Amino acid sequence: MAENRYLLNTQLAQMLKGGVIMDVVNVEQAQIAQEAGAVAVMALERVPADIRKHGGVARMSDPDLIKAIKESVTIPVMAKARIGHFVEAQILQALKIDYIDESEVLTPADEECHIDKTCFEIPFVCGARNLGEALRRIAEGAAMIRTKGEAGTGNVVEAVRHMRTMNREIRQLVHMPVEEVVSFAKNNGLPYELALEVKKLNRLPVVNFAAGGIATPADAALMMQLGCDGIFVGSGIFKSSDPVRHALAIVKATAYFNDPEKVLEASLDLGDAMPGLDIASMPAEERLAGRGW
Amino acid sequence: MRLTIADAGVMGVLDLQGGVQEHLDHLQRIGIAGRPVKRATDLDGLAGLIIPGGESTCLARLLDIFGLRAEIEAHYRQGLKLWGTCAGAILLARENVGEAPFFGLIDIAVSRNAFGGQLDSFNIEKLAPLVAREPIPLTFIRAPKIVRTGPDVRVLLSMEDYVAAAEDDQILVTVFHPELTPSLAFHRYFARKCGLCPARDAATDRDADWTPQSWFRFGPHA
Repeated sequence: MAENRYLLNTQLAQMLKGGVIMDVVNVEQAQIAQEAGAVAVMALERVPADIRKHGGVARMSDPDLIKAIKESVTIPVMAKARIGHFVEAQILQALKIDYIDESEVLTPADEECHIDKTCFEIPFVCGARNLGEALRRIAEGAAMIRTKGEAGTGNVVEAVRHMRTMNREIRQLVHMPVEEVVSFAKNNGLPYELALEVKKLNRLPVVNFAAGGIATPADAALMMQLGCDGIFVGSGIFKSSDPVRHALAIVKATAYFNDPEKVLEASLDLGDAMPGLDIASMPAEERLAGRGW
Repeated sequence: MRLTIADAGVMGVLDLQGGVQEHLDHLQRIGIAGRPVKRATDLDGLAGLIIPGGESTCLARLLDIFGLRAEIEAHYRQGLKLWGTCAGAILLARENVGEAPFFGLIDIAVSRNAFGGQLDSFNIEKLAPLVAREPIPLTFIRAPKIVRTGPDVRVLLSMEDYVAAAEDDQILVTVFHPELTPSLAFHRYFARKCGLCPARDAATDRDADWTPQSWFRFGPHA
């Protein structure tokens, strides 16, 4: 990928800042999302909550479905490829969507390697639980990062943990003398050159969204106040009792995340949020965030 | 970093979604005080308002819900100058091919996503003689095209089969993103259009200190 192309890809992510990216499984949902003010849609066959329920192998969505969704909206369309499945990514690039999410929500295709994203023209977003994971994905060519959270649970606790971890590690890096960076990078799995860049910038070198468990306007505003640049909502909208209102409410709360009165306004008369799952009592093999290397 | 304020006038940047910090960054670079505009009272006393790039459907929704649309229209009628970049240009256009216009304040027609998707985003350099003497780097991200300009609209940058920048007496529109490049030419141009006096302490419009991560220094979490 040309340097210029990578820059354009990070800049598209910049234009999504302050916005909400919504998971949709059909044309009707895509249009609801766009109408509510989503900045992009993630085209999927099943939202994460249903992937959890159904089990089995979760793969890239049917290209016909992605194509139909792409033709039904004007906002950017994203779709997921399995971790390490570079041919799914090649197909998605050939489909000319706008962004690929190399996602732990799908069943990994490779338990050692992620996709070499530098071979692609199309931008990638990848999940991360900590600074090391984020910077390894960026080293592989990701143009945007998101927290992994724990998708399909409606429980924000893991997204909070991942964002706080990244913020803490960035703070540590910024305040340490430069001679300590090598061992910090070694112990935390940070590519050294990128560690130095983060130290200089005092944040990730690309846009960082929150994802995984965001179910309410308050969750969205919480992640924004923790320093995320925007929000992915998966099951939180179309598994709620009133998707249209929830979609709009989360868009409002994300834009006005620092204004409690506006977040309150967004939270009124909403109906029920999606049912939530307790993550602490969840067996390790059911947790998606551990996927990725 | 130059922090001298060249003029008392304040420039607003609509702060709902999209490339807000990037514009504030460029304003600071030309010595103009910038103010994020999130509520109606933020519009008071502005010399001009920039409507940034982002997703126009999202911006339109938020402008409607929170009542900023009518407020911006009222300030426009009292003389407020407006500059729309990319999504902002779509919102300001009188005609939006295949869709309903939003503000409809400048007599142009825009065609959304006219180049295609992200794989068709690109950058080039072009001379815009009315704006600057040197070629200007232009970044087009899922950009619209201006496909028609009315009789009262001046074309500032014409490409093969479309217009990329235009203005009338009160409104500037660019379908590309000057805030994503080192070029300060269009920000200086708009500041002058608003009656402000942007600082100029180098012969060039390119800021040598600019990097793609420049906006971080001004980000809310930096």
